[in-house]
Amino acid sequence: MAVSTTDMDRETEAGSALLDARSLRKDFGGIVAVDSFSFSVRPGQIVAIIGPNGAGKTTVFNLVTGVHPLTAGEIHFGGQRIDALKPYQIAEKGISRTFQNLQIFGNMTVVENVMVGRHSRSKVGILSGALSLPSSRSEEKRIYYAAMEMLDMVGLVSRAKQPASALPFGSQRLLELARALANEPKLLLLDEPAAGLASQETRNLERLIYRIRDGGVSILLVEHDMELVMGIADWVFVLDYGKLIAAGTPRDIQANEKVIAAYLGDETD
Amino acid sequence: MPADIAFERIYVELYQQVLQYLMTGVTVGSIYAIIALGFVVIYNVTGIINFAQGEFVMLGAMIMVSLYKNQVPMVAAFVIAVLLTTIIGAALERLAIRPAKGASIVTLIIITIGASITIRGLGLITWGPNTSSLPAFSGDAPLVIGTASIVPQTLWVLVTTAILLIALYLFFERTLLGKAMRACAINMSAARLMGISPSVMAMVSFALSASLGAVGGVVMAPTTLATYDMGTMLALKGFVAAIIGGMSSTPGAVAGGLLVGVLESMGAGLISSGYKDAIAFVVLFLVLFVRPNGIFGGRDTSKGGL
Amino acid sequence: MRHQNRIILSALFVVIGVLPFVFTSSYHISVMIFIGIHAMLAIGLCLLMGYAGQVSLGHAAFFGLGAYASGILTASYHVDPWLAMGLAAIFTGLVAFIIGKPLFRLKGNNLAMGTLGFGIIVYIMLVEMTDLTGGPSGLRGVPSLSIFGFTFDKDIKYFYLVWALALLFLILSLNIVNSRVGRALRSIHGSEIAAEMLGVDTNKYKIQILIVSAVYASVAGSLYAHYVTFLSPPPFGFKLSIEVLVMVVIGGLSSVYGAIFGAAATTLLSETLRGTVPKLLSGAGGEYEIVVFGVILMVVMIFMPTGLTSGTLNLVRRWRQEKALRVETREAEDGNAVTGVPRVPEGRTAIEDN
Repeated sequence: MAVSTTDMDRETEAGSALLDARSLRKDFGGIVAVDSFSFSVRPGQIVAIIGPNGAGKTTVFNLVTGVHPLTAGEIHFGGQRIDALKPYQIAEKGISRTFQNLQIFGNMTVVENVMVGRHSRSKVGILSGALSLPSSRSEEKRIYYAAMEMLDMVGLVSRAKQPASALPFGSQRLLELARALANEPKLLLLDEPAAGLASQETRNLERLIYRIRDGGVSILLVEHDMELVMGIADWVFVLDYGKLIAAGTPRDIQANEKVIAAYLGDETD
Repeated sequence: MPADIAFERIYVELYQQVLQYLMTGVTVGSIYAIIALGFVVIYNVTGIINFAQGEFVMLGAMIMVSLYKNQVPMVAAFVIAVLLTTIIGAALERLAIRPAKGASIVTLIIITIGASITIRGLGLITWGPNTSSLPAFSGDAPLVIGTASIVPQTLWVLVTTAILLIALYLFFERTLLGKAMRACAINMSAARLMGISPSVMAMVSFALSASLGAVGGVVMAPTTLATYDMGTMLALKGFVAAIIGGMSSTPGAVAGGLLVGVLESMGAGLISSGYKDAIAFVVLFLVLFVRPNGIFGGRDTSKGGL
Repeated sequence: MRHQNRIILSALFVVIGVLPFVFTSSYHISVMIFIGIHAMLAIGLCLLMGYAGQVSLGHAAFFGLGAYASGILTASYHVDPWLAMGLAAIFTGLVAFIIGKPLFRLKGNNLAMGTLGFGIIVYIMLVEMTDLTGGPSGLRGVPSLSIFGFTFDKDIKYFYLVWALALLFLILSLNIVNSRVGRALRSIHGSEIAAEMLGVDTNKYKIQILIVSAVYASVAGSLYAHYVTFLSPPPFGFKLSIEVLVMVVIGGLSSVYGAIFGAAATTLLSETLRGTVPKLLSGAGGEYEIVVFGVILMVVMIFMPTGLTSGTLNLVRRWRQEKALRVETREAEDGNAVTGVPRVPEGRTAIEDN
């Protein structure tokens, strides 16, 4: 039931969708990690993809961001097809992400991490950099201030000059978030942002996600913390073994028998 | 008519030459294969490419030669050479790899390069820069098979390679230790949960790989001259063989070794001997760029990264 | 930061300017010329390996290409040496560009072996292409450099020429490192996937920095060729690639200045060992000093993966922080403050995580 209504939703809303993924499929060797999965994110929406371990959620992120090429299907972003683009080109189009296993630049300071996030919004190349032209220096300044602004948003300004690897785990998650936002994305992909966070930190994260959304950024979320998902998501897609088994509002999903069965099956494994 | 006969003679000569090159190639290739096996054993268990692999071969050969020169009987010298090298291999893991636990690939590469240079230099100090030779295990009288002749030592090399391959297969498939090592290669944390210590397995892999290299060094010593710096090129070619084989496959490594050996010997004989050492690398580049997972390999050889 | 750079640079200028007046013997000056040439190699590899995290075990090849391109153009075809130096740099940069694209599809171990293979192929070509390079018997008659009738015929003149260029490369590299591009390079080192996801075209920057370091090496090679005026393949072999690696490991894994220090330390060490080892070991004629390099590589990378100089600096910083922490906690205890919870010094995790 739920599946068919989503399909109809998508038919009618495809035009207004920010991200529109059609029949994604990904094979690894002989294993089908994602199988004819369609979903979309509308502007201003918080959309969650949930599912038991190994359901293919992170793979979906890797498909959207161009880390893995699609086996079949199409991905459209802002009306343009992006599934043949390289990851850095997709980032330039306005998609940012965080990682389930943190990918902080441990060899850089906190603020430098965020400054890398400004990469596609700045343009000094190797020659003007090497000659330290005035344009290069003034751009550097702008990058720095923009980065500090992002750090202010997540509350890490006081840590700006510290090595990023010295931050505690929860702050590193926030740093990834600030770094992703520095790219001025239209769509932000959060891969298990609450994993490993204390409950207070999760509540802060929730507020932060709302603020980001209110700033005009759509959010696609993969998360295990059901309380968080059911609290903030406008729409939820449920994957199991790479296939869509349900989609709907958090309320629909909580009552969906297939979803409950999938999760119970996961627990008895 | 005479022209035809002359042509036929050239043809027969060429045929015999090619056969001879093929034979040489297979012999040298077997050595590359043994070295490649050493790379594969360590890589499978630890994910490290051991740049000091060639030094194990050098140690095996040089220890064997110097023992033999001091009147130690062949068999005893063989056993001691392999044992000593094995201990050095285990020590290398303990002293250089273990303390750098959790280091990046770049760091580990540099450490094993450092180890390689150190061992080579110590070899130079111990044995000097001169080449030394070892008599063939069973004389030098060539055996004639059809139109090609074969030196008995070649048979030694071929038989040793075959025995090592079978022994390795049995070790990994049939023994508890071998299975434990494979478990580490597949999933380190799962192995740990099963009570297998990955760090012990890492040491065993270095020891095993060192003994493989030493055996290779001993059997090849009579076919070439042994020197302190013989390891570098051998290691590089063994690596090329391992890459062609897909880096994690034992039969692949052997096939890769034979392929490199034959191509090199053919290229040196038929094209130019000066470029002999470059041939392996041209092959390497072709393989890496066309099929980064090796010709015989399945799984991704680049750990980490994207 | 920029201010600090200016002070260090000025100090470096003064020290280098004065050195030939302190060490006046022709032997010392020629050693310092080699340090300058090596510094160019080390600065290049420092950008590539220390900043972008890409291992190269074939850096001697670029050096050799530059040297031989200059040597062949000037000795055999009588091209103007400066023009030849430029052409050599363009040629070497082009080679880097061509091999860079496929090479960087390889990662980690394979990249190391790929560059090693490249180095060996170039070396074999230098030996085998006898018509062009003179092969093992060498290439004679490379002319000295001169500009506007001013010939760099004396070692002391050459010293200033080499170091002027080395310092130019240093400044250019410092600028790159402190720019958007330098940050992108370090982000590749930190996490390639995260860099890519933030819009960094990782492949483009890797190739660009490979070209930069190849051009540095090529100019160093040209300078070498015009200094020794005779070229033969052995100085461009695997051993030099290892020496450059040692230079970077000693000083340049996280600092461009360190690369110069590493070049000086390695060259001096090499010279000293070459002088003393044969005296200690009778009849020693081979390259014994390489044992010491091997040990340095192992020990430094095991205990100080960020390099010898920065590793030492980190240790000092950590020691100072711990001292400060002790004082801090003591003060807190003295004042009976409850807030005196000992803080983990920030430097520590930074070191252990690297």
